[in-house]
Amino acid sequence: MSTARDEILGRIRTALRDVTETDPARDVPVAWQYGRATDIADVLGLFVERVEDYRAVVERVPVADVPEAVVRHLRDTGATTVVLPVGIEAAWRAAVEASGLEVLSDEPALSHDELNRVDAVVTAAAVGIAETGTFVLDHRPDQGRRALTLVPDRHVCVVRADQVVTDVPEAVGRLAASVAEGLPLTWVSGPSATSDIELNRVEGVHGPRTLHVLVAV
Amino acid sequence: MAGPTVALFATCVNDTMFPGTPDAVRRLLERLGCTVVFPRQQTCCGQMFTNTGYFDEAVPSVRTFVEAFDTFDYVVGPSGSCVGAVRHQHPMLARHAGDAGLERAVGELTPRVYDLSEFIVDVLGTVDVGAWFPHPVTYHPTCHSLRVAKVGDRPLRLLRAVEGIELRELPDAEQCCGFGGTFSLKNPDVSIAMATDKADHVVSTGAEFVVAGDNACLLNIGGVLGRRGDRARTIHLADVLVSTREQPTTASATTAGRAR
Amino acid sequence: MTTTNLGMPTRVRLTPAPPEGALIDSPPFPQAAIRELGKDTQRANLRHATHTIRTKRQRVVAELDHWQDLRSAGEAVKNRVARHLDTWLVQLEENLTRAGSTVHWARDAEEANRIIIDLIRATGSDEVVKVKSMATQEIDLNEALEGAGIAAWETDLAELIVQLGHDRPSHILVPAIHRNRTEVRDIFLEEMGRYGTPPPEGLDDDPGRLANAARTHLRDKFLRARVAVSGANFAVAETGSLVVVESEGNGRMCLTLPQTLISVVGIEKVVPTFADLEVFLQLLPRSSTAERMNPYTTIWTGPTPGDGTQDVHVVLVDNGRTRALADPSGRAALRCIRCSACLNICPVFEKVGGHAYGSVYPGPIGAILNPQLRGVESAVDRSLPFASTLCGACDDVCPVKIPISDILVQQRHRIVEAKKAEAGRKPHLESVLMKGGGWLMGDARRLALMQRAANVFGLVGGRAIGHIGNWPVPGLSRWLRARNVPMPPTASFRAQFDKTSDKTRGGQR
Repeated sequence: MSTARDEILGRIRTALRDVTETDPARDVPVAWQYGRATDIADVLGLFVERVEDYRAVVERVPVADVPEAVVRHLRDTGATTVVLPVGIEAAWRAAVEASGLEVLSDEPALSHDELNRVDAVVTAAAVGIAETGTFVLDHRPDQGRRALTLVPDRHVCVVRADQVVTDVPEAVGRLAASVAEGLPLTWVSGPSATSDIELNRVEGVHGPRTLHVLVAV
Repeated sequence: MAGPTVALFATCVNDTMFPGTPDAVRRLLERLGCTVVFPRQQTCCGQMFTNTGYFDEAVPSVRTFVEAFDTFDYVVGPSGSCVGAVRHQHPMLARHAGDAGLERAVGELTPRVYDLSEFIVDVLGTVDVGAWFPHPVTYHPTCHSLRVAKVGDRPLRLLRAVEGIELRELPDAEQCCGFGGTFSLKNPDVSIAMATDKADHVVSTGAEFVVAGDNACLLNIGGVLGRRGDRARTIHLADVLVSTREQPTTASATTAGRAR
Repeated sequence: MTTTNLGMPTRVRLTPAPPEGALIDSPPFPQAAIRELGKDTQRANLRHATHTIRTKRQRVVAELDHWQDLRSAGEAVKNRVARHLDTWLVQLEENLTRAGSTVHWARDAEEANRIIIDLIRATGSDEVVKVKSMATQEIDLNEALEGAGIAAWETDLAELIVQLGHDRPSHILVPAIHRNRTEVRDIFLEEMGRYGTPPPEGLDDDPGRLANAARTHLRDKFLRARVAVSGANFAVAETGSLVVVESEGNGRMCLTLPQTLISVVGIEKVVPTFADLEVFLQLLPRSSTAERMNPYTTIWTGPTPGDGTQDVHVVLVDNGRTRALADPSGRAALRCIRCSACLNICPVFEKVGGHAYGSVYPGPIGAILNPQLRGVESAVDRSLPFASTLCGACDDVCPVKIPISDILVQQRHRIVEAKKAEAGRKPHLESVLMKGGGWLMGDARRLALMQRAANVFGLVGGRAIGHIGNWPVPGLSRWLRARNVPMPPTASFRAQFDKTSDKTRGGQR
């Protein structure tokens, strides 16, 4: 008796008897230039505008002022407890710890229930995408494991100016290395939302309902 | 001024039910300097069969179409749907018939088949055909004119150039009227619901006429308008374009307008 | 908990019972359409929702100058996938395995369900949280799990509305599109408390507050779940990565918090390279939710130590896909990325909604996909390709350029041929009429004879009345009950042409 695998592959080969060219690229050319940047005059400006379109709070901050801004934005969200990824910038950590907010460490990893009681998280990011107003996390130590940016209801994310690319193709190009390392990716475009009731978008379901993005310039 | 010779593809629906429309095409094209002939071997584009799944039954229509028209440089029909079916489906049907000669003949003929609006705008190179039609009208683009024949905005450009006309925008213009050939019989309830929407939109414009390039769609829309006793009437684009001060098209002269 | 009485020993259900009966046994489309057309609230809901999304889609698509190039790229990549599917699947399996995922293969729904049940039982868990997945809807996983004593909790808001409402999904992207906010509120108030955290007192029908009620209801389920079941929008052969595109974060919860993740993936979901995602992550959100980008996309490549699900399984499902693949013209339907743009634009879908299609895949894509995946034996599958006016609106919006209208016509042909093959057993009026019509159109002299008969009718009838009204003509009453038809003219065009034309002008070729 053949296995399901062999049988399915066999069915496919039978179904494709009409395909004689064995090289997929020669058989079906794809007229698309991968990885190209889109022509955008003000990439950072567009990024800010497009993230704001999702009703996230966005601020451009000089690099030196990021620690202060992180604390200010945390306070704006009304958070009193905050979890920081283990690899977060030392200066940001120091500022948050000095702020009087209750800071939790994820080392050892917090349980789901502990995490569920935390108000906010602060992270860095891997890539920002101007055209779509997206930032991507590849969950390196300055961003933390996926649950950190999911379970708490407020997320303050710092995106460096040099991380912001024009559009999806450039972003996919930059993220290839992370995927090759086996890192998971989370693409975030605004706060959690749904259009499931009458196809009207409303913000706020399971992911963080409050999203602040700081663009470090 | 000797214009081109045009073979008029009347289409079976117009030939049988709406002879005024191909006649309007004849008069219009003659006014524009063309010589119009009517190859008598013509019957039908066959889409009634094709679109119901009867490919074998459609093949005779493909053959008669080729026999009727293959010697002409310009084949012109007042129907985006039938012209679209010729261009889009005849090659597939010829392949289905397994007749290489027919396939070759179809391949050579179909690029010479035009919807009326395409022929006037692209071949005759004009949008002003000297028409006069002093009525408020709204234009329904019809699905097959728009998406199969892809006539684009040519009918609208022709209409805009008509003296005295008042063009009113049709809400949800690009939405299907619900005709769909045998769909209207296989799914009558959905078809009627869609036709009712279209008729409502037409009425909402307050236009006296709804104009389209396909009498089959107008048959459907006009059927509802007529049954409800709405004031708006249907009229084919050719009947608008042929209208002049000297010989105006009137509501009673349009065959499609009789459905009341 | 509710109970169902099937005349057998009553067993307590774990999850809300869906409507009884199998989808494949649904009535044919025209009958189901009449039933659905009678639902006034649903018709209003559908009209509002489809018109809203159409406008939005058009706006975000218009933002991209290269939209048509993107569609062509999506089409080409997916053709490359389908025409070499075995190559990519072998590569996908290899890279999934290398990344630490366990790969399973399922020939059909039953085999897929059995694999999934066994995997869940091995964890000792008696419940799963689910990410919205068409593949699991297709194989009717939830009911298979219910039968195995495992509760499947839908976590997508719309799927939750459908599940709690003892209902079926009616749309690929927005399964509760047929419901309005008031109906959602009523369902939540009635059912939520029976299956977990109840809604807050005095819940009103504000969509934001309804979404928050779902958040609260599901949070506990997310935190305690040990097993999640998902689908995947894409599976990257080159890297062994899976992609889930979502909005609410319920997907992230399922993909992250439990220990075990089982992803059910149709074999056509594979894309060759990670770079190919740049095409689809532009096409999909704009076509589906009409956004520049959906709120969340998760891409995972096997388990990551210390982060997310650690026991990662992928079930690759055929379930009719190889049958569709065998038809060179029909296989284009396998390019579908389940965006729903064709449903949203479809004037027929707008009228009847998804329940009329007797499948988890409704609308234009369902009308071509179901007969290919399931065959044309059932009454409903035989009716679906005819559930279209061939208006072509779906062709224009499909992000991977599936020629839906052309495939509808091809599937009609297939059904007609199947009926002809059965003609020995029962004569088929339509095919007799079509055969006669084909003969008629094969020679203009025959057509002219028929026209003369119509002219006589027009001549006689036209004197009395200008049109044909609501006459009880068998068959034609389908048309005539709401639509007049003009009387035939007293002469056909071909008869008139001879009289009105100068004979020298031609026409006598």
